[in-house]
Amino acid sequence: MDEIFGIPTPLLFGQLLLGLINGAFYAMLSLGLAVIFGLLNIINFTHGAQFMMGAFVAWMLLHYLGIGYWWALLLSPLLVGLTGVILERTMICRLYKMDHLYGMLLTFGLSLILEGIFRNQYGSSGMPYRIPPELSGAWDLGFMFMPVYRGWVVVFALFACITTWLVIEKTRLGAYLRAATENAPLVQAFGVNVPRMITLTYGAGVALAALAGVLAAPIYSVNPQMGTNLIIVVFAVVVIGGMGSILGSVLTGFGLGIIEGLTKVFYPEASATVIFIIMVIVLLARPAGLFGRA
Amino acid sequence: MADVMTAPAGAKASTGALMEIRGLEAWYGESHVLHGVDIDIREGEVVTLLGRNGAGKTSTLRSIMGLVPRRTGSVKYDGKEFVNARPDVIARAGIAYCPEERGIFASLDVTENLMLPPTVRPGGMPLDEIYTLFPNLKERARSQGTKLSGGEQQMLAIARILRTGARLLLLDEPSEGLAPVIVQQIGRTIRELKKRGFTVLLVEQNFRFAQTVADRHYVMEHGRVVDMVANEDLNASLDRLHQYLGV
Repeated sequence: MDEIFGIPTPLLFGQLLLGLINGAFYAMLSLGLAVIFGLLNIINFTHGAQFMMGAFVAWMLLHYLGIGYWWALLLSPLLVGLTGVILERTMICRLYKMDHLYGMLLTFGLSLILEGIFRNQYGSSGMPYRIPPELSGAWDLGFMFMPVYRGWVVVFALFACITTWLVIEKTRLGAYLRAATENAPLVQAFGVNVPRMITLTYGAGVALAALAGVLAAPIYSVNPQMGTNLIIVVFAVVVIGGMGSILGSVLTGFGLGIIEGLTKVFYPEASATVIFIIMVIVLLARPAGLFGRA
Repeated sequence: MADVMTAPAGAKASTGALMEIRGLEAWYGESHVLHGVDIDIREGEVVTLLGRNGAGKTSTLRSIMGLVPRRTGSVKYDGKEFVNARPDVIARAGIAYCPEERGIFASLDVTENLMLPPTVRPGGMPLDEIYTLFPNLKERARSQGTKLSGGEQQMLAIARILRTGARLLLLDEPSEGLAPVIVQQIGRTIRELKKRGFTVLLVEQNFRFAQTVADRHYVMEHGRVVDMVANEDLNASLDRLHQYLGV
């Protein structure tokens, strides 16, 4: 069997792929967090619960209505995004003039409530969501077997991240968004309906989390804790990448996923903590994060 | 002072003014910054607000634009009341604002800054005319907005509100902190805007500069308008102005 640094290549590439997949979720979730934080100045602790809701809505669509994966990929982000819009309009919008702490308390509390509701209804053991037939099976790459669905997740997540980045950096809407992140009152004084833009931005960030949730449904079991487990790492990713940096959160997400995967190969004991160790080092050396503006 | 503004025949608003401000009061939280401001601006006029620091000039512009949280009184533009309107609604009515700190966005390049304000009504200045007026903006199109010199940033801040079709421009101290040659260029620009039919409300500390561009001057003190001087009477009123402005 082939070996690299004394490690069998299938193991190495297997973990690398796993790292890439985790990285894809880190990237999509931290991207949404970064967009929301940039414009709303709110750290959205509900993000993990919204990721979980994305997976659950996909499961419900299939289970109750017989609507499959491909439609869920579109409908679940729309529906969960809509709950985000309602949340912003009814609750979060009251917090903009208050201390950051209130935003944290509200969104953290909401995530506990949401998880509680789903645990109450569906238990915590988790439910399976089948890989759609078009994406089942595996490719033999010669040095390893690559499950088609996992390749799809990485490619689709990359596509979602790049699309989001292009919208923010290259379109007129994105220019409004960047400008409003710097000076929202002035952008509003130019005639842009900034309150509406803030609501839709929150909805879009939430939809991105839900989209990640749909992608995750066939990989992890659909369970109420799936967001909590992931979101702790995602917050570390955001801190490392730099709060509010779009490209930074994408690159850091994928990069740290890979680092985590490689750690599992070379020093498994540290794989659960390596991201937090990196976070400590980054905070000491560059408190604004790798891509953040001080 | 009231008789200055008697309505010309056939005017659309009650006093013939494009903008009519009556008893405008404004608060930032607990701090009461405007105590009843009365101003009229006719279409096509360039009017300045003179006054010392803290007299309420900037607060007046920001209140017109809806950027001061609490406002009472009346701000009528083109006959419609805007004293409680949101900033974006006020902007859509055709009023544009160029803040004192210029408000150039660092995360946008020069062209993005220029194209940022949405068109609020037809009849804005075409882009090629803007570039004729401000050639530097074309040369530096891809630069980051805040990498421009102070004068260029001021040009950009004015240029971007000409595109939108707004007819009333609120300019907050465009000459501040700029070299004399740039100040002259800004002066030429404002006269050119007047020639093209824009209406301008200009905040100034420097009444020598204001004299070169304006038709009338309002003097503010302690959050009120205390005097009005026509530009042709300015030299005759110098003593009075010196007293107001403490220069």
